[in-house]
Amino acid sequence: MNEFAAQHPLLVVVLPKVVILLFVLLTALAYLTWFERKVVAHIQSRWGPYRVGPHGLLQPLADGVKFLFKEDVTPAGADKFAYFLAPFLAMSLAITSIAVIPFGPKGLTIFGQPTPTGITNLNIGLLILFAITSMGVYGVALAGWSSNSKYPLLGGLRSSAQMISYELALTMSVVGVILMAGTFNLSEIVNSQQGFHWGFVPRWNLIGSPMPQILGFFLFFTAAVAETNRAPFDLAEAESELVAGFHTEYASFKFAMFFMAEYASMITVSCLATILFFGGWLSPLPQTALFAWSHYIPAAAFGIAGLALIAHGVRYITVFGRIVLPVMGAALFGLGVLFGLPAVIEFVQGPFWFLLKVGIFLFIYVWVRGTLPRFRYDQLMNFGWKLLLPLSILNVVITSLAIVLTQP
Amino acid sequence: MMTPQIAVFLVLAAVTVAGAVSLILQRHPIHSALSLIVVMVALAGLYLLQGAEFVAAVQIIVYAGAIMVLFVFVIMLLNAGEEERTNVSRLARYVGVPLGIVFLVEVAYWIGRATAHLGSAPPEMVSTRDLSSLLFREYVFPFELTSFLILIALLGALVLARREDSD
Repeated sequence: MNEFAAQHPLLVVVLPKVVILLFVLLTALAYLTWFERKVVAHIQSRWGPYRVGPHGLLQPLADGVKFLFKEDVTPAGADKFAYFLAPFLAMSLAITSIAVIPFGPKGLTIFGQPTPTGITNLNIGLLILFAITSMGVYGVALAGWSSNSKYPLLGGLRSSAQMISYELALTMSVVGVILMAGTFNLSEIVNSQQGFHWGFVPRWNLIGSPMPQILGFFLFFTAAVAETNRAPFDLAEAESELVAGFHTEYASFKFAMFFMAEYASMITVSCLATILFFGGWLSPLPQTALFAWSHYIPAAAFGIAGLALIAHGVRYITVFGRIVLPVMGAALFGLGVLFGLPAVIEFVQGPFWFLLKVGIFLFIYVWVRGTLPRFRYDQLMNFGWKLLLPLSILNVVITSLAIVLTQP
Repeated sequence: MMTPQIAVFLVLAAVTVAGAVSLILQRHPIHSALSLIVVMVALAGLYLLQGAEFVAAVQIIVYAGAIMVLFVFVIMLLNAGEEERTNVSRLARYVGVPLGIVFLVEVAYWIGRATAHLGSAPPEMVSTRDLSSLLFREYVFPFELTSFLILIALLGALVLARREDSD
């Protein structure tokens, strides 16, 4: 098997990784919609999805089936080619960008072939991400234009103008991080954030030296929320003004693809924020003998979550829930036990912290959506051009000054 | 000898040429713009094949991601319709086409002559660091000059666009 793997690394190593990551990503996308509906519902004192499966856990599945069986209408006078191309472009670009994200420090070894955790490790990973982001405008613009309908056209124009404007601030805001790390390689950017101030405060870029990137982070996250067309910057789909914006005329699975593209971009941006400003897969606790117990945090977290789910599940209101929830709890507990085994414990550290940080960012995304009202269009443009862009340039100047002054 | 590099090159070159031909033949401006985007992305692939990873990424960010977005944007805003085909004018048929062919042959000849005795060096990855130190140390004057040129063009566009307000 090892010889076969050495001859065909593409077939044995890369392809399975792509398939597994795609499967995980699409499942995560589906459950991100469930997560968002639940969190927003609880912010607004509602229950959210509750009927389909225990706690509405089967709702994404039901939605997916519903999208598949809806009639797929093409509006009269639509530009057929562009109308079909737009959702494919949006979705494929959004999913491609996950390929350069590193999920952990150590490479895997599959059948004797070393390979990075994540699909690939590029020297220009960050630039590739920005290249993909900059292409993302076409999905929106083409969808709006090709529908041959006035609301989509206005929505498409709005959001492409918005995406072009905020892309500048987005790119400029990470220049500080690039200057400090001295590389475009995402793995190396994470590695440059190792170490601790005074032995216990992590040297993540957010509070790194020589210049803490706090301003850079806030600029990045604001611009990123706008770039992904999410609330409070979701003017592209302002229901009260534009029906649903650029995808008004889309139905069935083509609509679902725009939906999935939006959530995939959310995940990518959260990964990027984690990598650039929050130390990626690095643990927030020092790796000294005093904190040796911190390696059991993943195991403990999964174990406790599993036990809690079992305790809650046996008292659930429906019989189905009383079966499914304890089984899920047992599975989580089993994972917790697995993560405590000596063979696995080192490997899970990186991905655990990484995914935890990404999860926190996704929660903040939903939290912001549930809390802030939508901007007015002129406010949005003024905010982007007159506040975010000058501040991000200021951040670049200050950071480069700090680097030049601290270097001997 | 068909190495993977040559195979990828042939595919990308075919896509580039097909995109360029489609750019001219398409009747709708948006379709022409989309063809041009295909050309830009395929060119980025060709740069990558030569080991110029930074140039490839910048090619996509600047040309496919920024300039072409503006093209598409303007076409959408003006809602430009399909172009109408007219019969080719006599001048174009009897003078333009032969001149074009002569020009094509000439360019092909000179490129062929200039590159005939070049050895095939294996592509080497050029690091962004080397590129930037070249750009900001040795060629810093032409670099700054170019940025001034672009700035002047930008200001000129601004002045032209604002002319109506002043009266």
